[in-house]
Amino acid sequence: MSVQDIMSAGSPIQLKIYRREQDGTDRGSSVIPGVSVSEVMRYGGMMTSRTPLPPGGDDEAAADVRALIDECVSEVLPVLTYKVCYRYIPVEWEEGLPVLPFETYGSRNLAHNLAGCSEGVMFAATVGVGMDRLIQKYERISPSRALIMQALGAERVEALCDTFNADITAEAAGRGLVTVPRFSPGYGDLPLEVQKEFTALLDCAHLIGINLNESMLMSPSKSVTAVIGMKRG
Amino acid sequence: MTDIREYIKDHILYLDGGMGTLLQKRGLKPGELPERWNISRPEVITELQKAYFDAGSNVIYTNTFGANSLKFEEDELRAIVHGAIDVARAAREQSTGTQEKFISLDIGPMGRLLKPYGDMDFDEAVEIYARTIRIGVEYGVDLIDIETMNDSYDTKAALLAAKENSDLPVFVTNAYGEDGKLMTGASPAAMIAMLEGMGADAIGANCSLGPSQLKGVVEEYIRYSSVPVILKPNAGLPRSENGETVYDVMPGEFASIMSEYAHMGVRVLGGCCGTTPDYIRATADKTLPDMTEITSKTPVTDKNITFISSYTHAVEFKDSPILIGERINPTGKKRFKQALRDQDIDYILGEGLRQQDAGAHVLDVNVGLPEIDEPELLDRVTCELQAIIDLPLQIDTTDPVAMERALRHYNGKALINSVNGKQEVMDVIFPLVAKYGGLCVALTLDEDGIPESAERRVEIAEHIIEEAAKYGIGRKDLLFDTLAMTISADTKAALATLKSLHEIRTRLGCHTSLGVSNISFGLPARELVTSTFFALALEQGLSAAIMNPHSQEMMKVYYTYRALHDLDENCMDYITFADSYVPAGPAPGTGAPAQGTGDAVSSGAGAKTSGDDYGSPLKRAIVKGLKEQAANLTKDLLKEGRQSLDIVNEEIIPALDIVGQGFEAKKMYLPQLLMSAEASQSAFEVIKADMAAHPGEAVSRGKFVIATVHGDIHDIGKNIVKLIMENYGFEVYDLGKDVPPEDVVAKAEETGAPLVGLSALMTTTVPAMEETIRLLREKLPNVKTVVGGAVLTQEYADAIGADFYARDAMATVRYALDLAEGGADRAE
Repeated sequence: MSVQDIMSAGSPIQLKIYRREQDGTDRGSSVIPGVSVSEVMRYGGMMTSRTPLPPGGDDEAAADVRALIDECVSEVLPVLTYKVCYRYIPVEWEEGLPVLPFETYGSRNLAHNLAGCSEGVMFAATVGVGMDRLIQKYERISPSRALIMQALGAERVEALCDTFNADITAEAAGRGLVTVPRFSPGYGDLPLEVQKEFTALLDCAHLIGINLNESMLMSPSKSVTAVIGMKRG
Repeated sequence: MTDIREYIKDHILYLDGGMGTLLQKRGLKPGELPERWNISRPEVITELQKAYFDAGSNVIYTNTFGANSLKFEEDELRAIVHGAIDVARAAREQSTGTQEKFISLDIGPMGRLLKPYGDMDFDEAVEIYARTIRIGVEYGVDLIDIETMNDSYDTKAALLAAKENSDLPVFVTNAYGEDGKLMTGASPAAMIAMLEGMGADAIGANCSLGPSQLKGVVEEYIRYSSVPVILKPNAGLPRSENGETVYDVMPGEFASIMSEYAHMGVRVLGGCCGTTPDYIRATADKTLPDMTEITSKTPVTDKNITFISSYTHAVEFKDSPILIGERINPTGKKRFKQALRDQDIDYILGEGLRQQDAGAHVLDVNVGLPEIDEPELLDRVTCELQAIIDLPLQIDTTDPVAMERALRHYNGKALINSVNGKQEVMDVIFPLVAKYGGLCVALTLDEDGIPESAERRVEIAEHIIEEAAKYGIGRKDLLFDTLAMTISADTKAALATLKSLHEIRTRLGCHTSLGVSNISFGLPARELVTSTFFALALEQGLSAAIMNPHSQEMMKVYYTYRALHDLDENCMDYITFADSYVPAGPAPGTGAPAQGTGDAVSSGAGAKTSGDDYGSPLKRAIVKGLKEQAANLTKDLLKEGRQSLDIVNEEIIPALDIVGQGFEAKKMYLPQLLMSAEASQSAFEVIKADMAAHPGEAVSRGKFVIATVHGDIHDIGKNIVKLIMENYGFEVYDLGKDVPPEDVVAKAEETGAPLVGLSALMTTTVPAMEETIRLLREKLPNVKTVVGGAVLTQEYADAIGADFYARDAMATVRYALDLAEGGADRAE
């Protein structure tokens, strides 16, 4: 087996650990931005993306919920970790479908997403098991907090993905490439079964602690896997 | 063949280095399972392992890191493990090195997370590790190593499998993150307490980081571990260079750092990712000349540390008193007994959380009631508690079967309550302590009962120490309780307890514990006597107390003792406590202990207790989601003579209706609906406690069975429905998540519930919902079904034959109420 063979399977797995906001915010892109309360409310089903308040909701109601969210945020932040493992991969094409290091089950949606791409990044991101621990605790004692913790976890891992995605986009731009929107196993016609190979290729369990259960769901639950395609701008 | 346990006493032991990175260089593809090379390319593995032996490694790990029955079928697993041992043997034979050479069966994490964070059962995990271990041990290896484990529970499963299936030495190393903890949160001290207790022969750290980043972890191991310490770090931190992974520490630098650690007391040295035979050779060259100096300067000795652990941290018994919360115990508590009979786990968890908030360091867990299945319930409560509370637990039972099950599933090193001087008790408890590890409370009583004299109690203690030693249990793992007896029966009782306590602490050098509150039994104003006794006992050398952390008097003693004994730097803890201290005034009743989670809305809003436009203060408290206030107002109403049913029907339900309608009209948020439900639940708690005291009244509107269907693990929606239904007065039987159809049917049949609620979040589990409905129709045609969950729609619900589709919790309530009013009350 030659070096080319290894390269064709993609470059080495890399690990990126982002700093927490409270550790200082002096170095730009390597820090995850603070919690967006409106995003938390959106993920928690408390409002739509367009209306900050439910129709007819009063100020007092909003203030009560905000106070609860603030309390949850201060409990969550110290237990979060922001970890991503990723590798650059070639995107080859065969009969209109992308050929990737993992089986794509002939997914048309993925093919559409990656149209025109010649390479990409596959990554897995997680905010860690501490988040799940808090969710589990509040599921037993306070459903209102459990709901907010769930939403907060979703907001945090999306913020992590956005930050990582921005870093990748910036790196690609330096090489004259643009990125397409990230695409995750389970989207559209790309089955969740992809997860098994996907997480193995990134050595997720070992590097950032993501394990799959029998239903191909990840734990920690606030984790994301996705591929980001790149093409000539 | 030399026993490695003996060899390690006066030698540094060298392990091998990285394997994965070297295999990749030889063509292993990403995602390809390296274990298959034991069969397809054995010569490559032999060559690498021989190179390690040639470089000076004493121990080669077999190429079986991922060899487990989750990844391979039985036959292939056997072939792979046999092949791995064969290639390692070949490497040993071919090597020119003259050092002692051992082959270790390598066990890596199986790659699935255990419950409660994952879906794997602990016992299933033990069995998976056991399969590989049995194959390897039968074929023949010199030791077993468990490595790169990043979860304490998973580590325990693997070590237990090794211990239950062989007598070979076992080495255990964990992978620590840059925060010095395992991925799931355990500190080195927590791992040391658990692994040493279970009989690991050498323990330490491997992988994750380079040698210098692991300094803090190494220091903690050296400080706490009584068995040899292992370090097998990466060659620094990886980075990508021209499409290859390279590490930033070169062999020379690696060897220098490893040599420093050897001088500090690390006894077993090796390398992990990125290291090669050159790293091992450099390390051996650097340390071999100093071997005698190192091993004589840092002998492996018992550190004599008394500690227990949870899955995150260790609790050390030293100078500062340890508080063991006593509230999870049915003795004398009607409401708690009721909770046990109803399997109301949430109530028990609430007791645990409140004690944690009150400052307990350890929680005693006693669920013994004559009419319940104690082994089952103790096991369940232990697992549920450790899922959400990170305090170490004290497993408190007289049933050895219950004790063993709870110890087996406990994630850490438990406090065990208890053994005593009776031979038959020691004969059953000490084997459990020896197997699972634990700090064992030892009561100074024997076949003749509790001796009156202090001298005799000390004699019993000495006898217990001797007997424990036969099982290899040292005195550091015995916590003596010299038995506090009430002074109302015998005013000399406290003196004998204190005298023997002092003697055991000072002369026998053992740590001590007391159930302090017994001392005041039968007396008025018990807290006064108990807290003074607590102070006296601390002065006599008491290390821990089983006590009520909600007692202000007891906490006062605790904080002042620590301040007075130079255990509280700048008296900071005392000052914080003093801020919250409420001097005893005219007693305002017993008052509920503060709710663990507190009220979401600040007490500023809560101070206003008038009814405003809500009709009554209780209604307002519920609408506003004020838990404590709702509980206190309910108490007041009961004191005024209001009937429980009246309070439910005229206060709680109307208040919930206000919120429910607000939510349906989109004027209130879901969290507010939930907060109100929580507040009304705390009002219900008060009513339940009152009913436990005055049985006869019932407030049920009927029974309701609810479950998240088979295959689905999402239960937030289900939990919301459960809560709201409970608040509307339904008796809810919650079967949890991932529930097989048969279980749902069985519960519906058993309870006679007229309505079953099913939740599913994933499209993939809707078929399981359909199957459950089909089975219900078949077995219990009169039972109605209500379904909900993110993926469901009215069409979907119709298609799978559900009676009702509920788009949210309130819809379920409306349907259930209609059903209850329309039909006869079949629940009764």
